[in-house]
Amino acid sequence: MAEETHDLAEPGPKDLSAGQAFWGGVQCGCGLPGVIMGASFLGFGSLVQSADHGLWVGLVSTATGWALPGQVVGIELHATGASLVTVGLAIFLANLRLLPLVLTLQPSLNQSCVHRWRHFVHAHLIAVTTWVISRRRFPELEPSARLPFFLGFGITLWHISLAGTAVGYALADLMPTPVTLGLVFLNPLYFSLLLIGDLVGRLRVLAIGLGAVTGPPLILMLGDWGLLLAGVAAGSLAVLLSRRPARTRASQAAGRG
Amino acid sequence: MDDGGVWWVLLVGGLATYATRALGVVLSNRLDPDGAMFDWISAIAYALLAALVARMILLPVGVLEATGLAERIAALAAGVMVYFRTHRNVLAAVVAGLVTLAGLSALVGPEAM
Repeated sequence: MAEETHDLAEPGPKDLSAGQAFWGGVQCGCGLPGVIMGASFLGFGSLVQSADHGLWVGLVSTATGWALPGQVVGIELHATGASLVTVGLAIFLANLRLLPLVLTLQPSLNQSCVHRWRHFVHAHLIAVTTWVISRRRFPELEPSARLPFFLGFGITLWHISLAGTAVGYALADLMPTPVTLGLVFLNPLYFSLLLIGDLVGRLRVLAIGLGAVTGPPLILMLGDWGLLLAGVAAGSLAVLLSRRPARTRASQAAGRG
Repeated sequence: MDDGGVWWVLLVGGLATYATRALGVVLSNRLDPDGAMFDWISAIAYALLAALVARMILLPVGVLEATGLAERIAALAAGVMVYFRTHRNVLAAVVAGLVTLAGLSALVGPEAM
């Protein structure tokens, strides 16, 4: 009875209820983003195992940190016997990249009136994948549907990360090297494609391009500080350059005059 | 198996990580989403992510160090090519990239970088 399906008018993106938006986020999280996230945390789980820690160390780290670079730094620095102050500063530095992500996602998450303390809970779910995907999906979602989508998506990925950590821990000794290689490469490959998909508009193209070019040399010279410097410098330069056409036209006009 | 020290690392690490997010919430209240400041921070966010990804591909730490730079770049190029050939199918692109990396690593071997 294919004819009957026209009665079930497909709800446009604007008609989503909060529950539908939440489940939309869950579904999105169970797709490719979840696969990538799970694979990345498989790698972290096996790192925890090879550092001779218990499974709980990995699970607590993933649950409370949920930002892979900082988690890896924590496990590795602990192995070298670094002081707690060093560990704290290194992790703070490694995760400072989350700050601009939270700053730019928070306003669109909490447009509707919610208790302020909840903003601090939502922020824990902001990470690279949730940021990129949310920014991409938000324009097609009604403002009231954005937070439920984000929560469905973020909570799903958070659980997948925990499962990935546990499975990676259990399989640490069993995984053949090519599989491990593939799992580890999945993350940069996926993020590259996400960023390439976001190459829209002069400002973003410049910011992404300049960041990719200035990042590696600055990181080689200055480590994590180099990463932050590359972000701020390339981002600022992108803003300045993306305004150039107006100024060029103005100076051309001035030249003619 | 664990000395108590690692739990302090987890506590300090968790607090340090959450501090970056909480700072974002506190500061975001003073940020106008339509303002120039917002565009600037957004550009910094994209530049930071691009720098991070470039680092992971060009200067990897850990297992990926065993692969050659040329292999990683070829794998990324294969992924990007498939991405655009398949009307931006990320899944197909990711598979193409992984197959390329695995194939090249098997051919070249980890020693020949």
